[in-house]
This record gives sequence, C-alpha cells and structure tokens, in this order.
Amino acid sequence: MAEPMKIRATLKGELAEVRVLMVHPMETGQRKDASGSIVPLHFIQEVTVRVNGKVMLEGQISQAVSRNPVFSFRLKGMKAGDKLEIAWLDNRGERSQSVTAIA
Amino acid sequence: MHLPVIFLFLFSLAAPGAFAQDSKKEIAKYQKMIADSSPVELFELQGEDLWKKKQGPNNVSLERCDLGLGAGVLRGAYAKLPRHFNDTGRVMDLETRLLHCMTTLQGRKPEEITRSPFGTADKPSEMELLSAYLAGLSRGAKLAPGTAHPKEKASFALGKELFFHRAGAWDFSCASCHGEAGKRIRMQDLPILSKPEFARPVMATWPAYRVSNSEMKTMQWRMNDCYRQMRYPEPRFASDATVALITYLTVNARGEPYRGPGTKR
Amino acid sequence: MNAMKPIRRLTLKAAGAFAAGLMLPLRALAAGWNKDAFGSKTAADALRSLGAATSAESKDIVIDAPQIAENGAVVPIEITSNVPNTKSIAVVIEKNPFPLAASFDFGDGAVPYVKVNVKMGESSFVRVVAEAGGRYYTASKEVKVTIGGCGG
Repeated sequence: MAEPMKIRATLKGELAEVRVLMVHPMETGQRKDASGSIVPLHFIQEVTVRVNGKVMLEGQISQAVSRNPVFSFRLKGMKAGDKLEIAWLDNRGERSQSVTAIA
Repeated sequence: MHLPVIFLFLFSLAAPGAFAQDSKKEIAKYQKMIADSSPVELFELQGEDLWKKKQGPNNVSLERCDLGLGAGVLRGAYAKLPRHFNDTGRVMDLETRLLHCMTTLQGRKPEEITRSPFGTADKPSEMELLSAYLAGLSRGAKLAPGTAHPKEKASFALGKELFFHRAGAWDFSCASCHGEAGKRIRMQDLPILSKPEFARPVMATWPAYRVSNSEMKTMQWRMNDCYRQMRYPEPRFASDATVALITYLTVNARGEPYRGPGTKR
Repeated sequence: MNAMKPIRRLTLKAAGAFAAGLMLPLRALAAGWNKDAFGSKTAADALRSLGAATSAESKDIVIDAPQIAENGAVVPIEITSNVPNTKSIAVVIEKNPFPLAASFDFGDGAVPYVKVNVKMGESSFVRVVAEAGGRYYTASKEVKVTIGGCGG
C-alpha cells in the first residue's frame, strides 16, 4: 500500500483542525466474499494522536467504524511546525503511523 | 368543529408534501457530509504513485502521456475530455486515452488491462486509481469536451442516438430512467441526463467513490453497469459506443465547474 | 475482570508520570482494547461496561448527523461536547449487533470533538455518552437508514 494514512492539519489561530484518512478494510466478520466464505474480522482497534510526542487523544474503535476510516479532531494550543503523529493498531497486531507538521 | 380537529386535518394534508421535501433535504445533507469526510483523496494519491510507476516491457511510467494538452500536462486535462486525438484519429475519453498510453508508451498488451478494468474494494484497478488522480487535477476547471472537430460532432450525435435507443431484454434506453421528470429507484432520484440542468451536477462528480461498496467507480464502469442493469450485453471497455455516450453526457454538462472525484452512495 | 471499568482510569502512578511529562497514554491503553464494552450486545450492557450505567440527558452534547442515510455502510456522525471538562465520548448505535462503535479520550490539548463515519445495520438511535468530572451525560439522535437503489 503506497500510503495507508493521510493527515491534513490546518491551523486557525491556536486551534488545529485535523482530518485523517486511513486505508483499512474494517471487516466486520459478517461479510461473505465472492466464493461465499466469511471474510474474517479485521479492524483498527486503537488510534493514538500525539503532538510533539505528547498524547493528545486516544480512540478505541470497533468494526462498526466504516471501511477506510476518516476522522476529524480538533487540537488546541497548537502552532505551525508542531509535529503531529497519528498511529493505529488493529486486531491482528498490525500497525501504521504517519507524521506531519501542523501548517 | 373543535379547533384541534381542524388543525389536525390541515396538518395531515400538509404532511406528505412536507415529508417528501424534508427527505430530499436530509438526503442532501447526507450527501454533503459523506463528501466532506470521504476516503476519495486516498485514491487520488495512490493514482499519483501509479502514474509515476515504471511498468510494462518498455519499463516507463505514464508521465509522458498526452491527455490532450501536451505530453505530461495534467492540470485541467480531464475537464477537456472526451476529445479527438490526431495521433489515433479517434475521440477518446480519459480511460480510452489511458489505455492508449499504457499500450503505446509502456508497451503493455491491451488485454492485460481490458480483461478486468474494474477493481474491487480490496484491490482497485489501475484505471480507477489513475482516473481519481487525473480527475482530481481538474478540480475547478469548467467541463469543456471537444465539440468542434467533425469526429467530435459525430461522437455526440452517436451518443445522443444511443441514449434514446430502446433495445435489450426490457426494451429500455438510457432515457427510460434518465429521460423523464419525477423518476426514481427506491430513494434515489434519477436525473434527466439529456438536460444540462441535471447533467451538470452529475458529470461534475465522476469518477466517484461509492460508499456502499467502498469502491472507486469510473465513467466506463458506469456505462457498463447501466447497460447491465438494462439487461443488455455489456459494452466493450473503451469502445466507440461508451465514448459516444460519455461525450453526449459531458457535452450536456459543459460549462459546469468540475468538482473533483465525488463521493456517492 | 472488572466489569465496571470506566473508559478512563487514571492510576496515581500514571498521573504522576503524566505530570512529569512522560509519553504515557491518557489512560491504561496498555490494558488494551475494551473487549467487554465492545463485545456487549445491548446498549445498556455496553454503557455498563464503560461505567456509564447512569447518565443524565444533556443539551450540551451536540450530535450532527443526517436524519436519513442513503447507505448504512457510511454514516457520518459529528459530535461536540460542550459539557465542561469532558474527558471522553462514547458512540453507541443502539440497534447495531454490537452497539459500542467507538470511544475517545481527550487529553488537555484536545477539544471534546470528533467526526467519525460509522456503520449502521438499520435505522437506529445514535447515542453519545460523555464523561466529565466523574459523571456521565448523554444525548441521542435518530438516523434512518435506507437501502439505496441504482444510484449515480
């Protein structure tokens, strides 16, 4: 996968509007594939948002979050150049993270 | 008569109409909200990587592909399609032109691509990713398909004829669903695509990410699937027929600022 | 297994370490994903697992969601909690097979706001529970889910 996550973080004064797009099937374990077999449960469970290394927000999510999740968050007390890092962990132990500077 | 009874009577008369209007408004709100938080951008990025990837026997990328504005000139190119190309003597839409570049620049066999031009949620096709990327680069540009060249005129005329031509197992034409006011399938209003007023918002948002199956869908797919739904044989990918229909629809929508790849139910 | 586990559990040790500015999670994420809460089959059970068995209806929780979703696969929900000191927000879709869809914990630098796309199996109330100052507040909104037709 070329880019499993894309983050957009824009500053309005000291408030950063963050939008993150993730590539993940978020399988519910109830869907059948073309051959009729159940596609196993496979979904992101934890999302962590850090700025300059400090945890700002944590999410625990379920398979009820849509495929290719898109989240919006708001962070305060931010300034241009702050390092924003978003990481996820799924039920298979797979991880991904992406870092961007708040603009 | 008691006041409450009169009130109830008047309210029950007003209710059905009011409900229909509210439904439309709420559905419009749904459409706006999903477009605002859509994964479509990820497909554009993946498409960009693919555009730059060396592939095929010639081991080159698609970066020198000419989409009508010159080799490698991408911004605004999608909005000017379909158009006639001198090098092929054909009117081509985006996917037809991409197929041409894949075969001529990269040396790939057409069957490699046309065998399965439409992907799945787990594996989008190259056409889908490239379409998302290239269409994204026409955001804001007014739809301006070619209309001056004799072949462009012929393509439009053919598209128009196909649009109204009834055939297939159900004796349907495109116009059967998209030719009259007030038609819908379940909750979806069917736009009258022969009229600019309705064609414009539609053509301004294709290709599109469909949330119902998490897939990026292109115009070639849309033409194919409409024919399938009308119980016709499926048209060949990048055939004159599909290009003609896409020409007809885009010309009906010309002047509309292209909004970028859409997000749809 | 502590069935009354709240979303956020700040031990003294963690609080001290957090104050010292170490990269500790907001709560014991090391304890892992809340299986009990996410595995609950009713909204009531899920909320109980989160420690939010009783909550007060609050107009300070704003849920922006479409009244009608053309497709239940993606239903955008935007939540703002204006309850002062909101530390966490949970999203519960009452008629889903597993009602708890997500829970978010906010540190000092995060606004109690989130927008998320969720799956809804059928028309249902979407309930949001916010935790602030050890108490729970709630609001809900009904979302009707249709099966779309041909679709453009």
